[in-house]
Amino acid sequence: MRTSTVELTADSPHGAAARRTTAWAAAGLAAAAGLAGGLLAPTDALQGPAQRLMYLHVPAAWVAYLAFAVVLVASGAHLVRGDARWDRIARAATEIGVVLTALTLATGALWGHLVWGTWWAWDPRLVGTALLFLVYAAALALRRALAERAGPPAHGDIRVTRPVAVLGIGGFLLVPVVHFSVLWWRSLHQQATVLAPERPPIDPRMALALLLAVAAVSVAATWVLADRVVRLRRQADAARTTTARRPARRPDLVR
Amino acid sequence: MIRRPGRLALVAVLLAGGALLVTGALRDTLTYYRTPGEVLADPDAARERVRLGGEVVPGSVRRDGEVVLFRLADSGHEVAVRQSGMPPETFREGEDAVVEGRLGVDGVFDAEHVVVRHGNEYRPAPPPAEPADAR
Repeated sequence: MRTSTVELTADSPHGAAARRTTAWAAAGLAAAAGLAGGLLAPTDALQGPAQRLMYLHVPAAWVAYLAFAVVLVASGAHLVRGDARWDRIARAATEIGVVLTALTLATGALWGHLVWGTWWAWDPRLVGTALLFLVYAAALALRRALAERAGPPAHGDIRVTRPVAVLGIGGFLLVPVVHFSVLWWRSLHQQATVLAPERPPIDPRMALALLLAVAAVSVAATWVLADRVVRLRRQADAARTTTARRPARRPDLVR
Repeated sequence: MIRRPGRLALVAVLLAGGALLVTGALRDTLTYYRTPGEVLADPDAARERVRLGGEVVPGSVRRDGEVVLFRLADSGHEVAVRQSGMPPETFREGEDAVVEGRLGVDGVFDAEHVVVRHGNEYRPAPPPAEPADAR
């Protein structure tokens, strides 16, 4: 494939076509994952049909980690280069990560209810995931609060984006804590299977369904990220033209 | 746009939520449950409400009306558990369970709540048993 990140986020017919292709690829993978997870994969011996929630819960959690890794890199690049483009990527990735973490918590609660016999437990993995959600939701809230205080132009003001980038980088400290919590502390949550060094047994059909689901969610998240970044840039451009047309509102004159 | 009081309330809710989660996690000093060995070594600590986890000893589960009796074992230590109320459907002998309650003076752990702790191994269910009319 010739598509690169640059093309995916390009606001051109070429970029739009690349984004459409990505969306279709995500839909195809999601259909394959649905068939594999719903029909091909056998029912688990101990947990019964509830184990199929794995094909939603695990991809949501992994791709949320990935989204927060993108936040880390993009926020770092924004702090170093002061480029509004990196800030838009960090913002879109934060939004995706927060939504996927919420999905992880929701599917996990249902799975816990069906198999453990409880919706929630004060377990290190569960508490860590909830904290992860709160920290990145706080990053979105902080961005909004600072943008309101700074006033227009609402896009790319470094008084807004720098503190948000610092929080986005600091929040990533929680990701390894959440991932390794099941090894470091005694917990109710089971340990990793696929990401474990000595892989415990998992039926190959279950593993295939899981990997397809991870691929589907990853590609879908890439598409949402690219689409959101393009929209955010259009918003920023529109705001800039409006501000330029009304010279009285230019920040250098107001200040 | 969220107005200033709403914004402050949002930040307060997020901070309160975070603080609640941190204190909730630290209260149990990051250990979700104690093992039978730990409870037997320090029975006085288990007179307070604690969680106890271990393997449900095969053959130890007995139902007595509303009460379910079983033993939890871990590395050679066993604690008898008296659980009032039905355990979840996934509760099985030979699998792990975590109970919440306190150790009684008779040495039996009085549990109010039981959750199943399953491993990270996934295997297909055995093929369904022969239908009744095939016999």
